[in-house]
Amino acid sequence: MNAQLQPTGSAYFITKETEKAETRTLAVLVDNEPGVLARVIGLFSGRGYNIDSLTVSETEHERHLSRITIVTRGTPHVLEQIKHQLERIVPVHRVVDLTLTAHNRGQERPLERELAMVKVSGSGNSRVEALRLADAFRAQVIDANTEHFIFEITGRVSKIEQFIAIMKPLGLVEVCRTGVAAMNRGPEGM
Amino acid sequence: MEQRAPEPRAHETGRQEMTGAEMVVQALKDNGVEHIFGYPGGAVLPIYDELFQQDQIQHILVRHEQGAGHAAEGYARSTGKAGVMLVTSGPGATNAVTPLQDALMDSIPLVCITGQVPTPLIGSDAFQECDTVGITRPCTKHNWLVRDVSDLAAILHEAFHVATTGRPGPVVVDIPKDVQFARGIYTPPQTAPRTSYQPTLDGDQEKIRAAVALMASARRPIIYTGGGVINAGPEASHLLRELVGLTGFPITSTLMGLGAYPASGENWLGMLGMHGTYEANMAMHDCDVMLCIGARFDDRITGRLDAFSPNSRKIHVDVDPSSINKNVRVDIPIIGDAGRVLEDMVRLWRASANADKAALKPWWEQINRWRARQSLAYKTNSDVIMPQYAVERLYELTKGRDVYVTTEVGQHQMWAAQHFGFDQPNRWMTSGGLGTMGYGLPAALGVQIAHPDALVIDIAGDASVLMTMQEMSSAVQHDAPIKIFILNNQYMGMVRQWQQLLHGNRLSHSYTEALPDFVKLAEAYGCHGIRCEKPGELDDAIREMIDVKKPVIFDCRVANLANCFPMIPSGKAHNEMLLPDEATDEAVANAIDAEGRALV
Repeated sequence: MNAQLQPTGSAYFITKETEKAETRTLAVLVDNEPGVLARVIGLFSGRGYNIDSLTVSETEHERHLSRITIVTRGTPHVLEQIKHQLERIVPVHRVVDLTLTAHNRGQERPLERELAMVKVSGSGNSRVEALRLADAFRAQVIDANTEHFIFEITGRVSKIEQFIAIMKPLGLVEVCRTGVAAMNRGPEGM
Repeated sequence: MEQRAPEPRAHETGRQEMTGAEMVVQALKDNGVEHIFGYPGGAVLPIYDELFQQDQIQHILVRHEQGAGHAAEGYARSTGKAGVMLVTSGPGATNAVTPLQDALMDSIPLVCITGQVPTPLIGSDAFQECDTVGITRPCTKHNWLVRDVSDLAAILHEAFHVATTGRPGPVVVDIPKDVQFARGIYTPPQTAPRTSYQPTLDGDQEKIRAAVALMASARRPIIYTGGGVINAGPEASHLLRELVGLTGFPITSTLMGLGAYPASGENWLGMLGMHGTYEANMAMHDCDVMLCIGARFDDRITGRLDAFSPNSRKIHVDVDPSSINKNVRVDIPIIGDAGRVLEDMVRLWRASANADKAALKPWWEQINRWRARQSLAYKTNSDVIMPQYAVERLYELTKGRDVYVTTEVGQHQMWAAQHFGFDQPNRWMTSGGLGTMGYGLPAALGVQIAHPDALVIDIAGDASVLMTMQEMSSAVQHDAPIKIFILNNQYMGMVRQWQQLLHGNRLSHSYTEALPDFVKLAEAYGCHGIRCEKPGELDDAIREMIDVKKPVIFDCRVANLANCFPMIPSGKAHNEMLLPDEATDEAVANAIDAEGRALV
């Protein structure tokens, strides 16, 4: 903030960004009511924030609470704004920066997992190779016939990315990913 | 025979069976609503039918839904209560978008009830259907689509709660027509709000203590307040005056905060920012401690951020945590209601701080040297009415009266802010954040409805006022003797001023070539029209305007090419103001360099 000014000479004062952007994983606890996801997404698009990944599901049925996990990128100043702006949304209960929490506990990052379904078709050697590699990645075969496999793979984003990249030359047809689910290590709740 | 405890009677619990439309009216009554502004249409007919059959709530019929919204804003701003508007589906709702965003930017409590097509038709592109909650989601604090009549009462009460608490703002309740007809159980307002919405009102005591200690150590302090102090209620303004009196600090305010501290008060520096006074901006730049209360370091206030008050420690009091550190880093953030934090500050200052006013003497001497610069001065003219002179005379001739002022947006708005002195809060209604031309006329209607015996003046520009001129018809219908005081220079003056500053004096489409005859227009509406072209006739004409007991359109012909100074030119800091006596044609043309032209 109060960073160097670009010589705009405009009615608006555009300051050069000097802070470095970081990736953070946020957990947002919301009332599960119509439109709540639109409010969250609209906030990000309306204020120009990034969403790298987003997952949402009701996690407490009796209290109708949903947990939204957002992976976002921004400077520390923008990340602070994102948290405050999310907290302004009426049905938002809590916003926890899981990455920051992990840092404060001396950990590099929170536990982050993603699930993907990967459809691969082919025959002969490439088919054998696909199965062998899937085994190495601990991917499960959840559907297959003589021409294809569908693998289910769970893990960190980097593992999924790597697996998909490896499958590409082996007859990759289709990928579906859930986005990141995340939680902090240790006994404490969010 | 078995004895059962008698069922509580309906009037004891407030629970009653009724239709959705009846619930709307009942909820308005239970939330203390006396006036609503609206326009009927197919999807709200059941509610209008209920309004027809009661006389506790007065409905003010407008001519366009935007007018209803601004009128409700003016009503809210001048009373401290929520303003309420009622419009139909589709175009009724889309016309409400401008006032909703206006209320969001200026933190005005506004409850907007919209009709919607029946629930089975939602999504079918039915006649006068639009996705109201989708369209209004980013321009409201919160909104609801009511799909079940059994939720309606609770949602309406929650809507009033959300609109009026914390940082106030607009809300929309969208009610499909079948829900208005359906019968359900009405429940009265509950005290327990939802758990996810809990605004922090009490400031952190440790931080307030640190703030007071910092203030006590200041040698060049300044207090900078905004609309948050007005929103916190008259008591907050009272406490602010007490704090200024105790500390002896100079005080300035944003456009939205005018009146919280009296313009006639001796510590008053005038408004700050782009068209603020020299002394206010210089004091902001050179201060060592800044106390910001209920303002948000808007870009019109700060000037260039890297040169904004470079040597000060900053205290920021705001009810909205997202306002803190948004544009300017502060040293002591205090989240809380302006009134409550001011109360703590006054108490702590009395208890602990030794008011060493003598230590501020050099600072005040410096401020008085800046004041001597007379940054609001203008060249008087005996042939042509200068717009500043017109506002000054209007102020002088209305002093001592129960007066409320609204404005449109542009040069006239800045001249009103600079030259009309406000000594009380809630007397000044203007569109600050959104800058909505056409705000002032309907806002004046709303103010007049709330204060029937007051003198309500819209200081207007000739371009802005035409945007919502149709509401003169509403003013006549509802016996609202609003005074529309048009500073008529035949230009969109502020647009032209920027074209002079940035675009080589090429006045692209900022001249209104075919203005109506405002006097005849007034007469056509059944109002009183006055035209004044000579400074010598101005006082009598203003007196006539005040005395006429009906709506007036006052066509005040002012110097066409007057510009609004002082001004912080683009890309400049608080201490680089363009003062009126330096604003030669050449200085204006060179005030901004070439690179800015791409951005405005």
